[in-house]
Amino acid sequence: MFISLLAVIALGCIAWLGAASGFQYLIGVVLPYAAVLVFIGGFVWRIVDWAKSPVPFRIPTTAGQQKSLDWIKPARLDSPFTTAGTVGRMLLEVLLFRSLFRNTSVEIQKGPRVVYYSAKWLWLFALLFHYCFLLIFIRHFRFFLEPVPFALTAIEFVDGIMQIGVPRMFMSDVLVVAALGFLLARRLFSEKIRYISLANDYFPLFLLLGLVGSGIWMRYFAKVDIAAVKVLTMGLVTMNPVLPEGIGAAFFIHIFLLSCLLAYFPFSKLMHMGGVFLSPTRNLPNNTRAVRHVNPWNPPKKYRTYAEYEDEFRELMEEAGLPVDKTSEEAAAAE
Amino acid sequence: MYNGKYIIPGIVIFVGLFTFPFWSNLLTPKYERPQLAMPADQKECIEPAEYMRAEHMHILDVWRDQALREGKRAYVASNGKVWDISLQNTCMKCHANKADFCDKCHNSNSVSPYCWDCHVAPRGNQ
Repeated sequence: MFISLLAVIALGCIAWLGAASGFQYLIGVVLPYAAVLVFIGGFVWRIVDWAKSPVPFRIPTTAGQQKSLDWIKPARLDSPFTTAGTVGRMLLEVLLFRSLFRNTSVEIQKGPRVVYYSAKWLWLFALLFHYCFLLIFIRHFRFFLEPVPFALTAIEFVDGIMQIGVPRMFMSDVLVVAALGFLLARRLFSEKIRYISLANDYFPLFLLLGLVGSGIWMRYFAKVDIAAVKVLTMGLVTMNPVLPEGIGAAFFIHIFLLSCLLAYFPFSKLMHMGGVFLSPTRNLPNNTRAVRHVNPWNPPKKYRTYAEYEDEFRELMEEAGLPVDKTSEEAAAAE
Repeated sequence: MYNGKYIIPGIVIFVGLFTFPFWSNLLTPKYERPQLAMPADQKECIEPAEYMRAEHMHILDVWRDQALREGKRAYVASNGKVWDISLQNTCMKCHANKADFCDKCHNSNSVSPYCWDCHVAPRGNQ
């Protein structure tokens, strides 16, 4: 945990020192390009790597009655046996995190007896985090598009509708920090989860907190020259990079942490973004018995028909007086 | 590769979406920092330009509270000069054109302040 925290703090310090000592072009232009390339390349590589692994049989997690006799009601989503059911299950999984919704907590009470509770907090905060992050990601497109499309302005209007402070407070900023805080706190304060948490569980959380925190710091407190930032970001996306004067250090910390996140993404657990679509326990219909599944790596079968056998041993068989399908004369006539 | 007929389109869609800012800007002319119409007869704002650039929204917010909620109408600038706290009479005296001053940066960076919900937007000499 502390290693991850120290690593993220160190990254922030590197960016801050770099911005202060003349490496602004490296941090603001070179690293983002490199990070985007690593992200896309790494992402595709991971997906292709997964796609090369055969999934010879159906291994869906079943959470309901399998399709059986007509008078037994099947669970169409929890044990899907049609493509539609599987697609529906995947949609619910990807958009609403249905497996997390089923999360339970187990506890040993006096007796002793084991008690299972429904535990929805993880689901709630995970959903909150992902949608806030998506919203924040989309909002950032105001720096990459000119003119800014109306849809983005509308999103910002709704997100900042509480009109608290100047620049207006975005609800998603507050919620994403709260959600990340919860996801971190459950690793720290639940003994069971703490026991299984590794540095690569904490690092993404701290990195995201650093990224979001530096963004909030930049927008509400440090206040960088946003017009200059847009010149830089538009330069990046039009393949015409420029480094305008007078952008504050907060921006370089923010974009450096973003570059780190992008470059780290394909090689970390964050790849569940692509991996969720390739989960064989979710994306396969439960039709193990209804459909014949052939193992794709089986070697071609070598077999010999009886006719071939008889062709080889006909004369010996006839000599021994065994019955044959075709006699030697018939075989000779057929040739 | 297995299930390529699903996975390859998926990868193409993902890469397409992710690189959206790059290809959607292929035909965009070079982006320039918005050029603001500066007041002709004044050289200095109430505070230095860098400070105004970063903090003007904060100043306006504080001014709004001070003028309307506390009734204080005097602002002492960092160089000791005293200004009347008023958007209409102080700011807009020099920055008389919303479209060529405020809106340039705000539109380009998708900022929509709600000053003009109450105030009358200045239109210069039109």
